[in-house]
Amino acid sequence: MLKIFGSFVLFLYNMVTRTERIRVLWNRFIEEATLIGVNSIFIVGIVSAFIGAVTCIQIAYNLTNPLIPKSTIGYMVREMTILELAPTITSIVLAGKVGSSIAGGLGTMRITEQISALEVMGINSTSYLVLPRILASMFMFPLLVILAMALSILGGYLAGTLSGVMAPQDYIEGIRTDFIPYNIVFALIKAVVFAFLVSGISAYKGYYTEGGALEVGAASTAAVTNSIIAILLADYVLAAVLL
Amino acid sequence: MIEISNLEKSFDGNQVLKGISCTLETGKCNLLLGGSGTGKSVLLSCVVGLMKPDLGSITFDGTVYTNSKVDIRQEIRRKIGMLFQGSALFDSMTVAKNVEFPLQMLTPDMSLEERRDRVEFCLKRVGLENAGNKMPSEISGGMKKRVGIARAIAPNCTYLFCDEPNSGLDPATSIKIDELIAEITHEYNITTAIITHDMNSVVGIGDHIIFLHQGKKLWDGNKEEILNAQVPELREFIFSSSLVRAAKRVEEEDGPQGLEHLAAEPLSEV
Repeated sequence: MLKIFGSFVLFLYNMVTRTERIRVLWNRFIEEATLIGVNSIFIVGIVSAFIGAVTCIQIAYNLTNPLIPKSTIGYMVREMTILELAPTITSIVLAGKVGSSIAGGLGTMRITEQISALEVMGINSTSYLVLPRILASMFMFPLLVILAMALSILGGYLAGTLSGVMAPQDYIEGIRTDFIPYNIVFALIKAVVFAFLVSGISAYKGYYTEGGALEVGAASTAAVTNSIIAILLADYVLAAVLL
Repeated sequence: MIEISNLEKSFDGNQVLKGISCTLETGKCNLLLGGSGTGKSVLLSCVVGLMKPDLGSITFDGTVYTNSKVDIRQEIRRKIGMLFQGSALFDSMTVAKNVEFPLQMLTPDMSLEERRDRVEFCLKRVGLENAGNKMPSEISGGMKKRVGIARAIAPNCTYLFCDEPNSGLDPATSIKIDELIAEITHEYNITTAIITHDMNSVVGIGDHIIFLHQGKKLWDGNKEEILNAQVPELREFIFSSSLVRAAKRVEEEDGPQGLEHLAAEPLSEV
């Protein structure tokens, strides 16, 4: 375990030493940001909207006490979404989509000697291939989390009002009650940390793939599994430290 | 010229290279010949810097590569072009972009127009002037090898390394690839090292042949000398080829004229 951690740290160290020219990295960053961010909007949108809707319906189902105002449902949807569901569930979804793509892509490049080709040319392959992926993830995950927050709250609104569980003004009142701006900052910090973990772990797993197609599949699976475990551990640590 | 001196490399206690010393000569096709598992690929990986040898030294035109500073190693690496066994083309880029890639990365001062001209020249040199817009998945194995060669020579490499350039190709295409590598080597006077176990390559382009066996260099010479070499392992390797055995038998039965007659016959009659 310690050996793997040391190897991971060295991997990251190699990535930031002898980096390629800024212009090259910028172009790669834009490419990766498009792949990681823009191509994930649909899945993040669908997942977050439905999670918001289901959260709203289930809270309403449990809040049967007439003394508790209906606006509490909106308040709870907002708090759950911002603090936990948007950053964590979005990152877990992205671990599946982006993490497997990074590990699979790098793994394939490794077994088809494309990484060796870069190295022979004198190009730092970790800097060229991995650094832009990690930076693009750290930039795009928070944006996707913001989108997830908005769509999740909107999903809750639509589910709550269209199903007749609550009036629109109750929901609006709920999501505006006792708002703490720091919660948004906390969620975005989580998104950046999760992005680093997902992209870093997936890149590490893919970069050091050995063997053939079977091993590339195994590396992708391991990347997703390890990323999700890392997200959950980091989620607890960040909550304990920052809240 | 590349000088390899007393090179050793082990993996988990298994010594793959056992003190190999040899010279890869400039302007010649230097063939690294040997059976599977004799250490050819490991030797090449050490020379191009993909692996670090345990012992020994590698010198590129007087500059020591092993254990030198990163800047020196980078400088040498930028003079290296390599054709990989599976071509190792970047599958997200078109053929032209693959050839342009090392120029873009290694020669930032080159203008876009100069780069495009160079790409066009290199693709034309390998006979692929009309394939620039194709993706690697859309071209044949032989074409991929040609693109690999074009990419390797694009930045005016001084050293060209080819890892089994004939693997997976039909004999006719193999010969064309061999001839192309030989032409480029002689035309640009570069140092070329080719890993092979193809006897067609040996007798076709073997300006300098190094025979490896169980991690050791057993023989070196050229294509004229190899058939008469008196090293048992080398003779066993050469004459395990049915074609070479058949040629030898014809020579023994009918003399040199028999071989000439055989070579002159159409392939369908052989």
